[in-house]
Amino acid sequence: MTTVASVPVRKRRGALGARRFASRVLIYAALIFWTFICLFPIYWTVTTSFKSAVDVTQGHLIPWLDFLPDWKGWRSLGLSPDTILKTSTARTEFMSRFVNSILTSVGASLLALVLGSLAAYGLSRFRYKFAWMRNDDILFFFMSQLILPPVVLALPFLVLYKALVLLDTTLGLILLYTLTVLPIVIWIMRDQFNSIPIELDEAAFVDGLSVWGAFIRIILPLAIPGMAAAFILSLVLCWNEYFFAALLTSTDAKTLPVMVASQTGSQGINWWSMAALSTAAIAPLVLIGIFLERYIVSGLTTGAGK
Amino acid sequence: MQDTSPAAAVRHDKVAWQRIAATRKALGRGFVVLASLVLVTVLVVQILHVSGTITPGFSDWRPVLYGYVLWSVALGVGQVMARGERGLRALFLLPAVLFTVAVVIFPSLFGFYIATLDWNLSSLEGPHFNGLSNLYALFHDDYYWNALGNMIFYTLSVLGEYAIAFGLALLLNAEIRGRKFFRVVFLLPMMLSPVAVSWMIGKSLMEYRFGPAATLARDLGWDNPAFFAAPWIARFSIQAMDAWVSIPFIMIILLAGLQAMPKEVLEAAKVDGANGWQSFWHVTFPIMLPVSITVLIIRIIFKLKLADIVINVTAGGPGGATDTVSSFIYRVYRDRSNVGYGTGLAIFYLLLIIVFLTVLLRLSHRWTQRVS
Repeated sequence: MTTVASVPVRKRRGALGARRFASRVLIYAALIFWTFICLFPIYWTVTTSFKSAVDVTQGHLIPWLDFLPDWKGWRSLGLSPDTILKTSTARTEFMSRFVNSILTSVGASLLALVLGSLAAYGLSRFRYKFAWMRNDDILFFFMSQLILPPVVLALPFLVLYKALVLLDTTLGLILLYTLTVLPIVIWIMRDQFNSIPIELDEAAFVDGLSVWGAFIRIILPLAIPGMAAAFILSLVLCWNEYFFAALLTSTDAKTLPVMVASQTGSQGINWWSMAALSTAAIAPLVLIGIFLERYIVSGLTTGAGK
Repeated sequence: MQDTSPAAAVRHDKVAWQRIAATRKALGRGFVVLASLVLVTVLVVQILHVSGTITPGFSDWRPVLYGYVLWSVALGVGQVMARGERGLRALFLLPAVLFTVAVVIFPSLFGFYIATLDWNLSSLEGPHFNGLSNLYALFHDDYYWNALGNMIFYTLSVLGEYAIAFGLALLLNAEIRGRKFFRVVFLLPMMLSPVAVSWMIGKSLMEYRFGPAATLARDLGWDNPAFFAAPWIARFSIQAMDAWVSIPFIMIILLAGLQAMPKEVLEAAKVDGANGWQSFWHVTFPIMLPVSITVLIIRIIFKLKLADIVINVTAGGPGGATDTVSSFIYRVYRDRSNVGYGTGLAIFYLLLIIVFLTVLLRLSHRWTQRVS
């Protein structure tokens, strides 16, 4: 860099341009490399669901070019065009797991959103005192649930749920999942409420609204972006949860991850149906990831800058 | 209460407090006492019924749950009636607290109790107390200590995930076209369920015979690309899958930190003649330190729960080389139905985590204070 001053201006700009160009190329090469890493497993799974045994064993990768796509995997699930109208036990099972997953994850996310928003509003606006616990201690009490590994709760819950007849029920799973996402919802919502000026509450009181009236009529509508972020993030976490579902469900309340896991035992030859099942299990989340990415990012980055 | 304006009530708690009629206060307290009595009665009846002292009782413990819900509602109503405005405010926090107490505190205490039992669900005899012998057995369980050792490896790998994620965040923060596209694509792995990833990557991409990853490895000159046969290779393969799923999370938070960074600082460094590498180490990295430590700690907390991928890809094999504590305990329950011992292992693990995280938080706190 010390010789720069003696080099004619135009030449220096040229050298810098070349370096800039090289760094551009490197940046885009790295971006494309990582795009490949992220997308290839998904691409592989989706295409494998259209392959026959020969295409799998010979490692064919590109549809129409080295193999002819066929609805093979989807037929075994009863979801291909020619089987979709016929009765299929595989499809019935898949659909019941799918519905279970939706009920469980939506139910738990809604419950967590209600409980978490209320608690977060309280913690953001009022000063509580419970024995030695102040607001910060109460917040820490909620957040500390995050470090609890699922194994600690799993076996006590197994025994408790058996006694409460909640084993293998969707309600039982909803209660547990609510617990796992509640700290995250409280964290996101508290940040959201803190960003809404307290003067709005005070104005509402002056207008004669009660605490709850101000919360529901004035503050809650303003907190919708945070609620959307918290809800979608919870939805993703609950949809993917496997550990509790594997231990606490057997037939009725089984969720999709448990179904996927129970079929992974079969090796090699049944790849197309496994691929179809995996594709169907991840499809809703891939769609959420593509279209609602904004909310996920805003949910994840809450408080990151502080 | 209706006649007092809420705004006044907010500022003059004491006044509002005195205005609540004594009968109303008593009524509110009576409510709570009554509900408590109902709950205790149901509980006592059921305990006596189960232990065989009395014949009347319920077929299961469900009524106790209903009793708890009823008690919670009565507590809320009682708060409002006895404490007025302050009760209304407590009502915001109460549902979450009561819920958490019911599903965390109580089961955890119950877990401590189970941990002292010799209880195998598949054996005919029921649970019986055996004190600390689960704890003694744990100290002689080589597989458990092996799993704990693996956790050290997995936890340290978080640093590698962090390095890659930082690189990706820097890439996304550079002046590039199609940033939105790359951001969505880089985020996708995080959305997928670990169980599906176990099959997609672990059981098919990395499959020994036909998996494209194995084919690629053969082409690159690795004759025997078995990703899950040798202990260290298997450990790294599992770690790679977990990294694939979790790097996006670290990346997104670091990216948010980078975007919040004041632009002037970097420009000042450039004016001072710092090259890219220097300005990263002397400017960007120190500024990002608090965010980095936060995200690393969150990531370690989640890493300590790692189980799904291990359970579904290797089931802990070969010879326990990839076992995490969670996957090991899962098998203790699934294969041996050993509830008492499994819970003992889990509680011990929880205590280790608490000690470890406390030390980690202290150290990181002291370190950031010294640096800044």
